[in-house]
Amino acid sequence: MQTAKLKRTSLYVSGASPINMIQAAFYNEDCLVYDLEDSVPNSEKDDARLVVYNTVRYHRPANKYVIIRVNGIYSEYIDEDLEAAVRANPDAIRIPKVEYKEEVIRICQRITEIEKAAGMQVGKIEVWCNIESYLGLINAYEIATADERVVALALGAEDFTASMKSHRTKEGLEIFYARNALLTACRHAGVEAIDAVFSDINDLEGLKEDTALTRNLGFDGKTCVHPRQIDVVNSFFTPSKKEIKYALRVLQAVEEGKKQKKGAVTLDGSMIDKPMELRARTTLAQAEAAGINVEEELL
Amino acid sequence: MINAVGRELPEKIGDYIVKPYAGAKETIDAEKTVASRRKPSKRAVNGTKLMPDLKEAIKKTGLRDGMTISFHHCFREGDYIIGLVLSAIKELGIKGLRFAPSAVVNIKNPSIVDFVKDGTINRIQASGIRGELGDAVVEGLELAEPVILRPHGARPHTIETGDLSIDVAFIGASAADDFGNCTGQVGPNACGSLGYSFIDATCAENVVVITDNLVPYPCVPISISQMYVDYVVKVDQIGDSAKIGAGAARRTKNPRDLLIAQRAADVMAASRLFKDGYSFQTGAGAISIACTDFLAEHTEKAGIVASYALGGMTANIVEMHKKGLVNTLLCSQSFDAVAARAIVENPNIIEIDNSMYANMFNKSCALDKLNFGVLGALEIDVDFNINILTGSNGEMMSGIGGGPDVADGADISIVTLPIVRGRIPSVVDRVFTCCTPGSSVAVVVTEAGIALNPKHKSYEMLKEDLQKAGIKTVSIEELLKIAYSLTGVPKPIETTDKITCIVEYRDGTVIDVIREIKRD
Amino acid sequence: MEIKQAAMVGTLESSDIQISISPNPSKGISIELQSVVKAQFGDAIVATMTEVLESFGIKDAIVNAVDRGALEWIIRARMQSACCKATGTRFDWKGEDK
Repeated sequence: MQTAKLKRTSLYVSGASPINMIQAAFYNEDCLVYDLEDSVPNSEKDDARLVVYNTVRYHRPANKYVIIRVNGIYSEYIDEDLEAAVRANPDAIRIPKVEYKEEVIRICQRITEIEKAAGMQVGKIEVWCNIESYLGLINAYEIATADERVVALALGAEDFTASMKSHRTKEGLEIFYARNALLTACRHAGVEAIDAVFSDINDLEGLKEDTALTRNLGFDGKTCVHPRQIDVVNSFFTPSKKEIKYALRVLQAVEEGKKQKKGAVTLDGSMIDKPMELRARTTLAQAEAAGINVEEELL
Repeated sequence: MINAVGRELPEKIGDYIVKPYAGAKETIDAEKTVASRRKPSKRAVNGTKLMPDLKEAIKKTGLRDGMTISFHHCFREGDYIIGLVLSAIKELGIKGLRFAPSAVVNIKNPSIVDFVKDGTINRIQASGIRGELGDAVVEGLELAEPVILRPHGARPHTIETGDLSIDVAFIGASAADDFGNCTGQVGPNACGSLGYSFIDATCAENVVVITDNLVPYPCVPISISQMYVDYVVKVDQIGDSAKIGAGAARRTKNPRDLLIAQRAADVMAASRLFKDGYSFQTGAGAISIACTDFLAEHTEKAGIVASYALGGMTANIVEMHKKGLVNTLLCSQSFDAVAARAIVENPNIIEIDNSMYANMFNKSCALDKLNFGVLGALEIDVDFNINILTGSNGEMMSGIGGGPDVADGADISIVTLPIVRGRIPSVVDRVFTCCTPGSSVAVVVTEAGIALNPKHKSYEMLKEDLQKAGIKTVSIEELLKIAYSLTGVPKPIETTDKITCIVEYRDGTVIDVIREIKRD
Repeated sequence: MEIKQAAMVGTLESSDIQISISPNPSKGISIELQSVVKAQFGDAIVATMTEVLESFGIKDAIVNAVDRGALEWIIRARMQSACCKATGTRFDWKGEDK
């Protein structure tokens, strides 16, 4: 069975810290984000770019969805960041502070140009867009559908609340609308929705409450700022027996449909579309990642 | 000749006849009486054994050139006793002594190396010689014979066979009376259990108790009884209390260490042996301390209570006890100030003899009942052999401690270590110094994966239990591959033919030797 | 390429390396290495640094490195940064496509 790539947890690690980069490969995060942006001082941008490039290109950690977060679209670093990031050949490039679809189109074009120049397979590198302002949120659907490469939108709560003049609280009512709006856009566009970080790394109870909300709202994953948060967040993405059973039934129906060469497959009277199938595969991948023997659940 | 862990050994090293490690436990000559030098002699004069100073006491013991002296290391890096006694001996002009403490930790002022250089000491036996002394030894410090390093459980056995015969034992105590009843549990410089000293007290020809806290007769509690003590000396300071209590359990914040600790605790909790009445030993390294916390969480969650914790105690094991998660602490050593003072306050925290803890030739030792033992290591190889002594440059990093005893005694022994430390791989194809045979190691836990030893007695059981719990394992070869893919293959350490240390196993056989490091 | 100015990159953190490069006109390459793993990896570290110097076509330079157990590709990356800074050039990304 083909397994979907999980995106429950994305751990940021600074390109300015070799020791953290090396260790980050061994935690249980699904996605490892090597950062060139906020965690790297301006004086070290060139150094960090080379460290991240050499790591991802030549010593990429096994079994991780590898992402490079580049500097801002209008920064002096973006051109060279893309030269390096594309050649490093990560699973995805994460673009900060996206506000307009034109920005995405421009970046994606640039990625394509570099892929061609470097003799790489064109179109393989995916793009995540960080939505970190009210403008980005308003344009979220357009951003999510701007290019085939876009597979996920991620909410950046700190900058978003700053743009809204709201105050960040632990309970997060100030980002409740943003979470829902982002999710709505992602669901409609068929891309994944990644929730904002929970900033207090010492408050694991707070993290649990926040992640419960993340999961209940429907997000596919959450960004983590510290390795200690990973296992907690992952645990919230462990599907229930009921969900696993349903996912298995969806996939069985799909298989059955393929055998009988049916165009449309239905289950319990509803049609199974592509996103439903993908969701079912994700559920099973989450179950397996949580150490659940899926075959046993069938019995 | 080659021993059972593939180490090349000479037949004889000076006068030392090498009994190679043979794999299986050695059988003991049950007919041989335990050796003790203790003599029936009346020591109290005018109702006291108190001597005016150290020199007087040393003179009374009749210490002469070439004799053997012993100490405990319960004061750890805060110890002043060894320095005070060796200085007094040096001033008396006594030379060529055999120095046989339970361990040498890093004591700098005065330097033990200087006592070797000036001829006061010319032979050394201990469980470890960490620090300046160890580094000097592997660099070729001149001694009359190689240093003998042996695990905690082997020392009492070697004393009882008479192979290590102690002329004068100097026992530091944080409280003592003038008849020599003494303890480490109370007083301004309390160190907790005096577990290492019981064997010295019962077997040495002379026993000198040294304290800075002379209490009215009788000292309470009595850890070591007056019936074994020849002389008592009061000094100004037996140690630096800050350093004696150092290493108090502060939970590490290093996420890598926490991950390893969590996984080690998960392995224990997944085992079928993790049930009401289970027993454990975790230890005092950063990973071990964190592992104790995770084990406590698992225990609480499972609604069970451990029967006993064994060996060196830390503040968080004491906390587990106070929360009712473990019934009894059998304490052969106290690793921090909280653990040191907990014994007098809690009837179920018990000071035990190190020999009761770990000596395999006793009628029984507490390790024989142990379910889980968590160990640290510098290196582990594809045969699961452990090096806890020598670092990547061949330098002396640590002591053997009780590791080989725990690995062998526990049903499930768990080695915890990071896969690399900087550019130094911790999983290697062959450890530089073998201290614990791989056959006694059940599991190794690293941040890069968990490997089970297929040759361990608990393998089938553990494999099944971990599978059931959804805990993934990899092979040790896979861990080696990951380590070397990060670091590259290290250049081997070059040595000369000169043997600087003999490493004994818990059964008294030779498991390895350390040869002098070749320096450019 | 010629060394135009002294440059220093990297930190003294564990698993990192601090590399300084300065001009050494017509006197060849001189590498001074301090490392916590010199016995086991000293030769390998010098080889990595030499390879990067060669890839930049640098023939004269004084290199001082203080290594805290950095892995090979971290040393390579730090050396590349140092060479760029010392020669006053940008990294040749197209050169990576060969």
